[in-house]
Amino acid sequence: MPVVLETVDLEKHFGGIAAVAGVSLKVEKGARHALIGPNGAGKTTVINLLTGVLRPSAGRILLEGEDVTALEAYKRVQRGLARTFQINQLFLDLTPLETVGLAISERLGSGAQWLRLVGTNPVVVEEIVEILDRFHLTDVMYERTGNLPYGKQRLLEIALAIACRPRVLLLDEPAAGVPEDERHEILATVAALPADVTVLLIEHDMDIVFSFADRISVLVNGALFVDGAPEEVARDPRVKAVYLGESLDA
Amino acid sequence: MLTILFDGIAYGMLLFVLACGLSVTLGLMNFVNLAHGAFAMAGGYITLVLVNRAGLPFSAGLVIAFFVTALIGVLFERTLYVHVYGRSHLDQVLFTIGLVFMSVAAVDYVMGSQQVFIEIPSVLQGRFELFGVGIGRYRLLIIVICGLLTLALQLILSNTRFGSRLRASVDDARVARGLGVNVNAVFSLTFAVGSGLAGLGGALGAEILGLDPTFPLKYMVYFLIVVTVGGTSSITGPFAASLLIGIADVAGKYYVPKFGSFVIYTIMIIVLILRPQGLFARPAGR
Amino acid sequence: MVAAPSPLVGEVTRRLATRARWRPYEYVFWLAALASVFLLPGKHLILTEIAWLGLFALSLDLILGYAGIISLGHAAFFGLGSYIAALLAKHAIINEPVLALIVSGLGAAVLGFATSFLVLRGSDLTRLMVTLGVALIMREIANQIPEITGGADGLQGVTIAPILGMFQFDIFGHVAYAYCLTVLFVLFLLARRVVYSPFGLSLRAVKGNPLRASSISIPVNARLVAIYTFAAFYAGIAGALLAQTTAFASLDVFSFERSADLLLVLIIGGTGYLYGGLIGAVIFKLMQDWIANLTPQYWQFWIGLVLVLIVLVGRDRIGQWTSAGRALFERISRRFARNAMPSLAGKGEGR
Repeated sequence: MPVVLETVDLEKHFGGIAAVAGVSLKVEKGARHALIGPNGAGKTTVINLLTGVLRPSAGRILLEGEDVTALEAYKRVQRGLARTFQINQLFLDLTPLETVGLAISERLGSGAQWLRLVGTNPVVVEEIVEILDRFHLTDVMYERTGNLPYGKQRLLEIALAIACRPRVLLLDEPAAGVPEDERHEILATVAALPADVTVLLIEHDMDIVFSFADRISVLVNGALFVDGAPEEVARDPRVKAVYLGESLDA
Repeated sequence: MLTILFDGIAYGMLLFVLACGLSVTLGLMNFVNLAHGAFAMAGGYITLVLVNRAGLPFSAGLVIAFFVTALIGVLFERTLYVHVYGRSHLDQVLFTIGLVFMSVAAVDYVMGSQQVFIEIPSVLQGRFELFGVGIGRYRLLIIVICGLLTLALQLILSNTRFGSRLRASVDDARVARGLGVNVNAVFSLTFAVGSGLAGLGGALGAEILGLDPTFPLKYMVYFLIVVTVGGTSSITGPFAASLLIGIADVAGKYYVPKFGSFVIYTIMIIVLILRPQGLFARPAGR
Repeated sequence: MVAAPSPLVGEVTRRLATRARWRPYEYVFWLAALASVFLLPGKHLILTEIAWLGLFALSLDLILGYAGIISLGHAAFFGLGSYIAALLAKHAIINEPVLALIVSGLGAAVLGFATSFLVLRGSDLTRLMVTLGVALIMREIANQIPEITGGADGLQGVTIAPILGMFQFDIFGHVAYAYCLTVLFVLFLLARRVVYSPFGLSLRAVKGNPLRASSISIPVNARLVAIYTFAAFYAGIAGALLAQTTAFASLDVFSFERSADLLLVLIIGGTGYLYGGLIGAVIFKLMQDWIANLTPQYWQFWIGLVLVLIVLVGRDRIGQWTSAGRALFERISRRFARNAMPSLAGKGEGR
């Protein structure tokens, strides 16, 4: 399978500390690729570098073969790279309807229209409803996002990224903070993602990782430690040593 | 030309004494106090009344101005400012602008709107020549007093327990609280000292800057420029910034009178474009 | 995706259509404004001031209420518009007022565009400083070229030609008020359209969470530059209206007090719903008139007090009161409409 997302010797220093050191990661098209590692290993930093929120100190980032290292964050989204945040980053004063609608109209290039009224493009409206329906948000779609329960907000977080029709989707701990009884809905959603969308997933929960991923990269102290198929990684004694003391479903 | 430099240094050091309180307040509590100039004005008018009307010696006037203004600072802080600490910057700006307007109008009402002059002792008037450089006596006094104050501040900051508490609180208030530092008390005391210094600066500066009820509005920009250019995480930052601005302003107004006033505004905007956190600021932990 | 569109689509479309629908209080507001042209001829002078002040505050709402940019120097654009209009008239470069108005607005827009890059980066404090600095620079420029601007005395000898060649300004302010009100209404309609557009929605997203906005491909900086320039255009026109209705321009159009008073006007009325600036202008001017009659010299004191009290009470709380007031008004008027004119009644959103 071709490589759709690649980093070449990616580095990020904060002062004297190397949060990410020489990471060369390859993600294949259609993969379900998990990025795991102990807390503070630099996983979210890698995501921030990939999406353009942070500028790397060194190294390159290639999206579908194109060098996007210097490309602004919003342009990477236009090139097909979307992400979710570990802690919900939503527009609290907007409704889910408006939020998803915004993402869709921006994607279609009509986001800058300043004389047309919101809601007058039937193509956009149809797609909004389809996505909200898929993520079981139609019952709360007129509510102010800030008033929604956390589980619904988390679904919206993922729906928003999907509304960008990404070819590569970066999920930062999608089930984080979600109450036990609402987790399965999130996980079912992640499992139901289209097969042609490449997914890079950060997760702590090893059950999720091993049931979902077809490839696992282990990040420790900002460097890629082990990279391979789930069975290889599970058997690797070094990985077990790194996770020493942590139980498998931590 | 060296006279210009000398005058610029005097102006800069005066600005520093006036503005350092604002800098620490902003760095410590993230509080934008646009009414800082009102304390300077208060100090100026207090000294005016004491020296011109009550006949006290100039030095006594300065000292009393410091303490009375510090007291007013504590009063305002405990009764008024404390209500707006956690608020947005917009709220703080509106609040302190309101205070400025009130104080300007109040002083206008009580003292009249004309510019006033404090009677300086004759020994401080005039200038003398030193190696061909014209030295104004009053400006020399300003440099000496402000220099000593700056030294004292730096010593307190680096060598006393209060100083280390203050530095810790500025760096990261949450962690400092966690370590047992009473950040609110530190802040109250710092606010008082900062206001007192502003009052002292106002009294000292009346001769050079001109004292009238619109003082807080006229010079608000200068204080803010010092703080933005110098950053808020040290004393040396605002100090260097004050000197830079003082010299640039005096030199600008002398050499290019038409554009002299633009020099400092331009410096401010350029600095803010290049380094939004100030020229001399360290990245803070917050 | 070949399935038939869900029945929800129709409901959502209808719901979105009501978003931009005119609320009852809006009709009342503009009908009252129109009525004041005929019913309050003695008040036209102060009403003219309310009109351009309302436009000025509306322009600030566009950047503060909708895009979250704090400005202490919005007077820079107001003042530039003012001087351009006055100079165009004085030197007979453009005699027709409406044309001069547009040119003044465009001039202010250019300044807005040029300085917009300064407010993109940095914290709230940085934005305050930069906008304040720009306004002070403008004031200083005007001060330093008295041969053009009249300096501290102001620009004298300005005569304004009849509007569209037909309506000459009169000393009672009748023509001036009708003129200002018309300009305000037209620009308001435009602003209302913009605010309810996808662009307007993206601004609210940028204000709420700029990080997430860029993560859904919104070009945050480009949008901010656009709205800042647009708001500068409006502010410039407000300034031009002042110059044209008073045939005068002076340095205080750039003053800090003007920017600060403007913040107060907008805060009184409330941000983020377009009418805040207009309602605030009415309240502010009435307050100013009343206080000036009591203590003309120390009116600044009372303004300062109002500012302090508003902050102490809390803008949120005031915002809750005004939106509760509006909601109540809406319920009453809906009941009235349902009884009197059944076709007008319908479901709407709370905003």
